[in-house]
Amino acid sequence: MILAIAVLSGFGLAFLAPFLTRRLGNTAGLILALLPAALTIYFASLLPDAAGNEPATFSFPWAVEMGILFSFRADGLGLLFALLISGVGALIFIYAGGYLKGNSNLGRFYAWLSVFMGAMIGVALADNILVLFVFWELTSISSYMLIGFEHERESARFSALQAFLVTGLGGLAMLAGLLLLGISGGSYELSVLLQKGDALRADALYIPAVALILLGAFTKSAQFPFHFWLPNAMEAPTPVSAYLHSATMVKAGVYLLARLGPALNGTDLWFYTVGGVGAATMLVGGYLALTQTDLKRLLAYSTVSALGMLTMLIGLGSKHALEAAVVLLLAHGLYKGALFLVAGALDHETGTRDVTQLGGLFSKMKLTAIAGGIASLSMAGLPPLFGFISKELTYETALEYGSWLTGVVVLAGLFFVFVAGAVGVAPFWGKPKQTPKSAHEAPFSMWFAPMTLAGLSLLIGIFPVPVSGFLVSPAVSAAIGEATTVKLKLWHGVNTAFILSMSTLLIGAGLFAVRDSIRRGLSKLTWRWGPSFFYERSLDGLNTLARGQTRFLQNGYLRFYLFTVVFAGTGLAGFTLFARDGFHWPEKVLDIRFYEAMLAVLILCGAFFATISRSRLGAVASLGVAGYGVSLIYLLFGAPDLAMTQFLIESLTVILFVLAFYHLPQFTQLSSRRTRLRDIFIALLAGGVMTTLVLSAVGIQLHDSISPYFAQNALPLAHGRNIVNVILVDFRGIDTLGEITVLSIAAVGVYALLKLNPHTGKDKEGEGE
Amino acid sequence: MTSLILRTTARYLMPLLLIFSVFLFLRGHNQPGGGFAAGLVAAAPFALYSIAFGAVKARHVLQVRPRYLIVTGLLASVVSGAIGMSVGKPFLTGIWGYLYLPGSGKLEIGTPILFDLGVYLVVIGVSLSIIFALEEAE
Repeated sequence: MILAIAVLSGFGLAFLAPFLTRRLGNTAGLILALLPAALTIYFASLLPDAAGNEPATFSFPWAVEMGILFSFRADGLGLLFALLISGVGALIFIYAGGYLKGNSNLGRFYAWLSVFMGAMIGVALADNILVLFVFWELTSISSYMLIGFEHERESARFSALQAFLVTGLGGLAMLAGLLLLGISGGSYELSVLLQKGDALRADALYIPAVALILLGAFTKSAQFPFHFWLPNAMEAPTPVSAYLHSATMVKAGVYLLARLGPALNGTDLWFYTVGGVGAATMLVGGYLALTQTDLKRLLAYSTVSALGMLTMLIGLGSKHALEAAVVLLLAHGLYKGALFLVAGALDHETGTRDVTQLGGLFSKMKLTAIAGGIASLSMAGLPPLFGFISKELTYETALEYGSWLTGVVVLAGLFFVFVAGAVGVAPFWGKPKQTPKSAHEAPFSMWFAPMTLAGLSLLIGIFPVPVSGFLVSPAVSAAIGEATTVKLKLWHGVNTAFILSMSTLLIGAGLFAVRDSIRRGLSKLTWRWGPSFFYERSLDGLNTLARGQTRFLQNGYLRFYLFTVVFAGTGLAGFTLFARDGFHWPEKVLDIRFYEAMLAVLILCGAFFATISRSRLGAVASLGVAGYGVSLIYLLFGAPDLAMTQFLIESLTVILFVLAFYHLPQFTQLSSRRTRLRDIFIALLAGGVMTTLVLSAVGIQLHDSISPYFAQNALPLAHGRNIVNVILVDFRGIDTLGEITVLSIAAVGVYALLKLNPHTGKDKEGEGE
Repeated sequence: MTSLILRTTARYLMPLLLIFSVFLFLRGHNQPGGGFAAGLVAAAPFALYSIAFGAVKARHVLQVRPRYLIVTGLLASVVSGAIGMSVGKPFLTGIWGYLYLPGSGKLEIGTPILFDLGVYLVVIGVSLSIIFALEEAE
């Protein structure tokens, strides 16, 4: 129970955040951070249970008929992730108070940040894959709102939409994949599915399920060729970039792959697709980072590269690879989060994010510089930082798979060193440069967060044992599907991995030294046909298509809408009726009385006169004759309720027509002879199809009639004698609820059409407001 | 419109039609009637009134804004469904009880009447908000 409350508490905080922010102003961040801080402590307290392989669980029957339980399970992998989310979250809440100081929308910002945190923790701890999907989509939605936070800027809106469309489409594919997985595994519970790995891998649905799930994971984690949305997402305020687009949300895809590993990995399909895409992303991201001069885009591309490395390690799937992946996940969250926050502080204090304009700031921003320095050394993989341990493990894994993979990983390592230097070192050293704002130290809220993250990188690097026992071992156990212990240590002795690591540092530092010429050289090479080009093309194409078909089908003429609806509807119904040979004459001869026949003639006359009448009033009156005639028929056939309602509606229609007449121009004949012939044809077609449909329907009885049930049960079950009304308010109450909702929406629509006249541009409120 | 006949009729029909609509509403569960028809009957006198005297005066007679009627009606219907849920039954399950009236025995009363009241209010609100808006359009 506490587990469920902990997961959902973020959503509660979202409701409180705007009020607290209004009351407390910029200090609200400190108060709001108490929740994630408390969550961090709570999740940490669950770690011993997870390590003992008895994770805390929660389960509530949601839609049991469909196998959906609202269930959570806090095992090692989920907790590692949840701790990262809540821990970094607490720091981000504090940091944002300084970064967005004085922003009038700070309350909204905190609300969406809280929603995101809740959703992300939900992704990490969900046990039911459909619950996981719901939270997954909530992270996409909150990411959309946060990237587009400064919605006045077109580029922010464009990037928000791009991120949302790419991850949203991937999410839909993933839903299909998860459903296939659930069908082949016979359960939607992760804890059940993970036990059935062999059966799942042998199932015919394995390949489509994996392909669809991978689409979801790859788009979310910005894997090549879907990586392009992540650098654009840097339009978001920096705390968001640090939190969502580096430390947590973009790792959701990687998390899902690691989570499902025991059920899905070990096949060639998995090994080559996941490993291959990961390796490609790692290199593409690293390469693209070389040419960037914007601090945040630099970091974004290097995040793409790191996400690729994580994906690759999970694709390899061995115990060592997963160990390296889990450690990298944690280490990357710490150092990259810190570097983003440092970049944000630089931007905030100097007014620029361009690396070529920053330099020599150490004396002015000592604390920020120290945090940035430690984080970048961790990223570069220098002992005794946590990043060094991570890099050692990755190299050792790569060496197991041969020299080819080792080369690729070392190349990525060089990119890491390059970016680390450009972001964490270069702005603080060298010659001081002129910046748009004269720089000074960032406020407490803005150096505290990166300093804490950087400090953790150092602390875990020096004392890796508690982390490896309580955090890494349970997570790796969950990812490989059997209990195991991992022993992390800083010093492995002088082995191949160590030598590789040191040479990476040296060569990387060399590359860093000549960074200006590299940038100049590479910026001459440009790609026109990148994935984002295709994204824009297909979005443009979709818009053109939508505009075209809207112009054609919804051209603003009511008569054309009627024409389309009636023609398409009766055409399709008539085609089906005859193509499926569904036409039957009723078997018994219809027993028609004289007055019924007369009534029918009256209705027909009314309808016919309405079409040829040369005055509006005449047409309305004739239609009224037809309508009242129909209600008489209801009365004759024993449906007084229906008849009464029809009478009332007819009368009301007359009132509406009288009112509408004021606004209509003189009655004139505008349509050409051809149009009128076409309309006659369609009217006859519609009438003919409906008549044959009704005649055929009389002879067809697909089910037992439900009327006797209503007749028998109206009094005993629903305490009413008027069956029609009992059906309306009780048996089929949900239909009625839907109908009155539609009615209300229609009223709002009419009101808006008449009152909010765009031509006069003012709200003509007739109620004396 | 300045027809004396219409004005007089509109004024005198108002109470009659309103009483009739309440009558239709209450008998609906056992005999022809019900919230939908009753709502239309209740809307009619206000529509006539607005034709005779103009929408401003008709609004004044109605006293509440039609859209408030819509919202209240929808809320009443949803609440009547939620009552069933609150005792652990599916949404919109009718819950019945008895009222003991002095002199006339017991009266069965249940959540469907609240639901029907919602329908009644929504129908009045929707028809009047459309009619008034049309009447006021220039």
